Amino acid sequence: MALHTINKSPQHAQLLSTCLRTLTAGDALLLLQDAVYAGIDSGGNAALFADLPVDVKLYVLHEDLLARGLEEKLLPHWERVDYAGFVELACQHPKTISWY
Amino acid sequence: MNRKQLSFISRQAPYGNSRAASCLDMVLATAVFDQQVNYIFMDDGVYQLHKDQAPAAIHCKSVGAALPAMELYGIEKIFVDAESLAQRGLSTEALLPLQMQLCSSDEIRALLAQSDHVFTF
Repeated sequence: MALHTINKSPQHAQLLSTCLRTLTAGDALLLLQDAVYAGIDSGGNAALFADLPVDVKLYVLHEDLLARGLEEKLLPHWERVDYAGFVELACQHPKTISWY
Repeated sequence: MNRKQLSFISRQAPYGNSRAASCLDMVLATAVFDQQVNYIFMDDGVYQLHKDQAPAAIHCKSVGAALPAMELYGIEKIFVDAESLAQRGLSTEALLPLQMQLCSSDEIRALLAQSDHVFTF
């Protein structure tokens, strides 16, 4: 049960696809910084996350979403967490894997 | 001290930035402290394993040449993502003669799941 974090925009396609390939059931993925662009309604994003293992929770750092003016564009399967929520997630998971 | 299992995923090609060399340093330091290390090569990181590297003219030390030293530190084999090799059209013939285990995505996931800590480089 790992928390995965990623902070690069989806134009770093290999980073995102490799991260997704290592997800197992029960993991969580948190989009930080430029990676929040992977959560918005913009062409191919929904398809990128279509094939995940069951029971993978998807989170987006709310402050980074707001900073980029993307509040209205977040796709519905992503849950917003703020910085305090980020800390909570890190505490709840036995390990964190940062992709960058 | 409890022995922990740590996985290091090296994803960058050698020489363009220092991540490959940094990862190797971390792996060796961790092994010196007698922890169980999984040294995993994915994406462009598999290029570090390419044979015939000759970086002298760009004033770099060969990453490939440093890898056999791992045996001295008790790291008997490295793990190589088969899909990353396939994406790059590489067969094991193009790689250095190191002890390596080719892994499917399932096997990579299993290594990460059983690790106490995972670092990406």
